[in-house]
Amino acid sequence: MTTTTTQSPRAKKLGIKERYSYLTRGLDWEPSYQPREKIFPYTDYEGIRIHDWDKFEDPFRLTMDAYWKFQAEKERRLYAVIDSFAQNNGQMNVTDARYINALKIFLTAVSPLEYAAHRSYAHVGRHFDGVGPRIACQMQAIDELRHAQTQIHTISHFNKFFDGLHDPWHMFSRVWYLSVPKSFFEDAMSAGPFEFLTAISFSFEYVLTSLLFVPFMSGAAYNGDMATVTFGFSAQSDESRHMTLGLEIIKFMLEQDEGNVPIVQKWIDKWFWRGYRLLSIVAMMMDYMLPKKIMSWKEAWEIYFEQGGGALFTDLARYGIRLPKYHEIASAEKDHYSHQAWSTFYQYTHAAAFHTWLPDAGEEAWMREKYPESYDRLYAPRYAHWGAEADEGKRFYNNGLPQLCQVCQVPAFFTEANDPTRISLRTCEHEGEHYHFCSDGCRDIFLDEPEKYVQAWLPVHQIYQGNCGGATVPEVLDWYHLNGGADNLDYKGSPDEALWQSWQASKAGTGT
Amino acid sequence: MTQNVSITLQNTDEGRGIIAAIMADNPDAVANRYPAMTKIDCPGRLVMNRETISTELGRDYDLQELNLTLVCLSGNVDEDDDRLLIAWNA
Repeated sequence: MTTTTTQSPRAKKLGIKERYSYLTRGLDWEPSYQPREKIFPYTDYEGIRIHDWDKFEDPFRLTMDAYWKFQAEKERRLYAVIDSFAQNNGQMNVTDARYINALKIFLTAVSPLEYAAHRSYAHVGRHFDGVGPRIACQMQAIDELRHAQTQIHTISHFNKFFDGLHDPWHMFSRVWYLSVPKSFFEDAMSAGPFEFLTAISFSFEYVLTSLLFVPFMSGAAYNGDMATVTFGFSAQSDESRHMTLGLEIIKFMLEQDEGNVPIVQKWIDKWFWRGYRLLSIVAMMMDYMLPKKIMSWKEAWEIYFEQGGGALFTDLARYGIRLPKYHEIASAEKDHYSHQAWSTFYQYTHAAAFHTWLPDAGEEAWMREKYPESYDRLYAPRYAHWGAEADEGKRFYNNGLPQLCQVCQVPAFFTEANDPTRISLRTCEHEGEHYHFCSDGCRDIFLDEPEKYVQAWLPVHQIYQGNCGGATVPEVLDWYHLNGGADNLDYKGSPDEALWQSWQASKAGTGT
Repeated sequence: MTQNVSITLQNTDEGRGIIAAIMADNPDAVANRYPAMTKIDCPGRLVMNRETISTELGRDYDLQELNLTLVCLSGNVDEDDDRLLIAWNA
């Protein structure tokens, strides 16, 4: 063995490059009594050609000993904070209990995805032929399980005080808006391993999740929610490694064979659009649900997609990869995205496991400043109208069930990119059936694989088919395990609000 | 036009030392402060040196400890024992 001599006091130990190389090269073996394609049956059929698996390298060069050491330290720090938050009644010190509703969405929509990611990475980690990607996926599988666990601890804490968090795993498979994240992830899990990594590691983790985790966790900090900041940043520190796996696997596929380029581009187009539609709910969390706000959805989109994503795709251009299809539609929608999502949830709060409200005067001033092109013209008048109706005792609830998009499963509430007064709706015929979509992006995805998306479990269709507990709203809510009158409806008048006000009164010394 | 690479770190005691080291080693870097985190942008490439961070923290720093402080990054990564480089190739 040759040892390099340097000035470093660590010269006697192996460097990380060597340690990583010993972990990922030469420990594997060539199978002798089973053909390779029977051991790794999934890495051929997607059409991706890999000539040399050893060309994949984790740029952090993380070895197992370092992995366990740092993950254990993250856990120690995290649980110290979660314990301290519980011990010191941290829930009483958030800025406002309305904020907890953003957390309810996060914990019911995202936490089950962490577990789904754990399963998926364990699966692809087993099935890659090459040791480098296999180890990176195995580490990520353990990370994702950790994220699910830390978030369940947070659910457990907030569930002691606030409504809507009592049965998240049951709700995840039934509640209408939770079918959006669930179907997104199941679409990825049921794809082949290369498409899965393009979907989740690259398009979602690298290109889009900074929008979910980074400004939202900073927002949690700004709103006094130490428990969420801590699980969020603890997860995010793993996320940086996951993002890097995403970028490296894309470059690996592109460098291995020119024939891979169009396949990868098609997946990037698809998964950019799938992920972007999923983030519509994040847009509204950022703009409407943080009492103290960090940045608007529009600003986050500009920083993380237009600038960050722009730099990334400039770098990938040398492989023949271009920006994802319909990115310009996403940018055109940034003035409207959060407002249209919030308006929809406001109308359907009677069927949701969190509360909604209309923005107050201070929040409206912020909206005007952040959305000068759209807020006063299109959304303020709508809220003024709903506010007046509520004042007359006629709070508007939409009792019709919405048309869902066959692909993203979001109600078709988005508008045309060039005309925000017209709903964007696309249709197609397939084998005698009529299908509906929210956009050209989702319609293209359907047309490429109709046999996959005709199987979609669409909550509205399922209610109409009699598969969701009954034909009335209370029956469906029972089937969701949603406590009507507590979990749902306006924040104003909710048990959450009453609890919060009693805490505030006791702090001020005026309580009972 | 040179595109920015970026790194986001937690505003913790260690994070502050690492941020100071990055700012010292990368004259073109710009630090954007947010609640609980700092996002550093730098045109084209950004380097983090073990030695500078060790000096800032007053102890021997292992670059892999960055695992505990990192929030997000943008750019191609290359890490060895003495420095972590984030760069765009284009």
